[in-house]
Amino acid sequence: MITIKNLHASIGDKEILRGINLEVKAGEVHAIMGPNGSGKSTLSSVLAGREDYDVTEGEVTFNGKNLLDLSTEDRAREGLFLAFQYPIEIPGVSNINFLRTALNEIRAYHGQEEMAAKDFLALVKEKSKLVELDAKLASRSVNEGFSGGEKKRNEIFQMAMLNPKLAILDETDSGLDIDALRIVATGVNKLKSKDNATIVITHYQRLLDYIVPDFVHILYKGRIVKSGGKELALEMEAKGYDEIKKEFEIAD
Amino acid sequence: MANEILEEHINKDYEWGFTTNIDADEAPKGLNEDIIKFISAKKNEPEWMLEFRLKAFRNWQNMVEPEWAHVSYTKPNFQDIIYYSAPKPKKELASLDEVDPELLKTFEKLGISLEEQKRLSGVQSNIAVDVVFDSVSVKTTFKETLAEKGIIFCSFSEAVQDHPELVKKYMGMAVPPTDNFYAALNSAVFTDGSFCYIPKGVRSPMELSTYFRINASGTGQFERTLIIADEDAYVSYLEGCTAPQRDENQLHAAVVEIITHKNAEVKYSTVQNWYPGDKDGKGGIFNFVTKRGICLEDNSKISWTQVETGSAVTWKYPSVILKGNNSVGEFYSVAVTNNYQQADTGTKMIHIGKNTRSTIISKGISAGFSNNSYRGLVQIKKGASNARNFSQCDSLLMGDKCGAHTFPYIEIKDKSAVVEHEATTSKIGEDQLFYCKQRGIDNEKAIGLIVNGYCKEVLNKLPMEFAVEAQKLLAISLEGSVG
Repeated sequence: MITIKNLHASIGDKEILRGINLEVKAGEVHAIMGPNGSGKSTLSSVLAGREDYDVTEGEVTFNGKNLLDLSTEDRAREGLFLAFQYPIEIPGVSNINFLRTALNEIRAYHGQEEMAAKDFLALVKEKSKLVELDAKLASRSVNEGFSGGEKKRNEIFQMAMLNPKLAILDETDSGLDIDALRIVATGVNKLKSKDNATIVITHYQRLLDYIVPDFVHILYKGRIVKSGGKELALEMEAKGYDEIKKEFEIAD
Repeated sequence: MANEILEEHINKDYEWGFTTNIDADEAPKGLNEDIIKFISAKKNEPEWMLEFRLKAFRNWQNMVEPEWAHVSYTKPNFQDIIYYSAPKPKKELASLDEVDPELLKTFEKLGISLEEQKRLSGVQSNIAVDVVFDSVSVKTTFKETLAEKGIIFCSFSEAVQDHPELVKKYMGMAVPPTDNFYAALNSAVFTDGSFCYIPKGVRSPMELSTYFRINASGTGQFERTLIIADEDAYVSYLEGCTAPQRDENQLHAAVVEIITHKNAEVKYSTVQNWYPGDKDGKGGIFNFVTKRGICLEDNSKISWTQVETGSAVTWKYPSVILKGNNSVGEFYSVAVTNNYQQADTGTKMIHIGKNTRSTIISKGISAGFSNNSYRGLVQIKKGASNARNFSQCDSLLMGDKCGAHTFPYIEIKDKSAVVEHEATTSKIGEDQLFYCKQRGIDNEKAIGLIVNGYCKEVLNKLPMEFAVEAQKLLAISLEGSVG
């Protein structure tokens, strides 16, 4: 699905990713954990194609294509989805209109016709149930006036609508109470299939109680310093990141 | 909807920039009493009309061009303008077949059908159009259908001939000839325009529309519109305009007056798309327009909606004088400036009657090197008890070379007034664009979505056909302005 080799990225003069290596296959769930400032969100931004970052070295192959050569929108159209840590508000643009535009853009990219309005609305109905999203929110402006939990649910709703190959969930658990967390996690789990993959980026282990990863990677100072199974997450939870910090201290 | 339209229009420049080669009947350049007499004679005007013009002209000569607006431009040389240019008629026109085919082609290109027959085939919407080409009105459609209801909809020149009592009574009521420099100029040299009278108790069965087109080079366009809604009458009125691409600046100084009687309502919508000049700010129309309505009697309502995307310099404040008790004034505006365009636009709401209400929603969008100013006055006169106003002025900036300015003036002479003013300034966010792109939406479409969302409250006020055109225009006007 996606292969990341020796990925280096910086913002201005500051190097944040210092050689990431990661391979995610279809059907897998990978968790990336790490202390604040380790580069977790940078990794998701770089993969999604945020222009603030310069990739200085390395390569990323996504579905056999050179991901770094693709524009932000083409990465999305190829099936890469980023659930934002802080979803953006777009006043005056209804969720429905936004999603219909997005969906049809993706379909056009793959040479498919626009989805008929009737089918689209049926899909909205079906998918909004998945994350228990109030039908009213679908017709409201994108994320405007949504509570923190509604915003996160809306991200997963969008993910369900766009049906990506690779979903990157960037700190989707932050700011969620336990009920909202369960709803979001259930949604993600229902969308899981043998043909798609998920990268869960999180600071805490608790989300991983609900979305069980096949692999856990610890990111520290821009490198993956440790990888393992789901038990690694529990270990981190128990010991905290201090041990990692000591073990892998790298001079800035 | 916005997206399909955007797609269709991506990479288009000002597409109305063509000229039409038509024989024109022109006055010599320059402005003096002889020219005014020439115009008046061309139009076979009665003596009182010529007097009105000359009086305005004499006033104008003693006036100075206003400089308070937040715009800078080289003042027009008023002696270097042709004040009258008419497509040369072969003879008196009896039917559409006799209209110059070149002219018909022009309007076809502009997407304005002068052929009422199309209505029968169900293709065209139900809109009556008065078309003003350079200085004269060339055709008013649906005249007969409207006449059955007692509605008078014709060119201004015809109204002067056929309904002098109405013109005499109402002309200058909302915008006196001495009102301001450009209104005075217009009153002296106006060449045509539209006239509309809706009689008592009549709701116009269709939207009425004026389409203005400047074609000839070196000319100015000075048209007048006068709309009167008698008791319990209603009309929705649309105005559109385009001009060819030229290196020179051309002057457009119009006057629009609306008068509403008891319980009457007029809704006036404009999509202004005069040529804005090229990317370096060369050429374009100077749009110096006075638009004002007066709610003369109780319970009447005047609503202005405007989408301003064109012109090199815009100076325009569609206003409402709320004289009748319980009368309502509204102003909904989207003003877009890109490249080197400058706009100083807004409204005046003058509350005189009791329980009068006004709403102002202004959305400015600035891109490129442009400057966009909102200037508005809310005035509550003594005795206008329980007057209410709500104003919201939002500015959206695209890029970091443009400017957005807000100049609100509030004058309250009555203690019972409630006046609210809200203003926001935002930048089209890189975050918003990234969010859209991450969902597979490209830059241009994302801008279209965001901008149309931002303007939604105003676009919603436009009649359907106009809303579609306005969305297209917004997209085209802002092309390539971000990213």
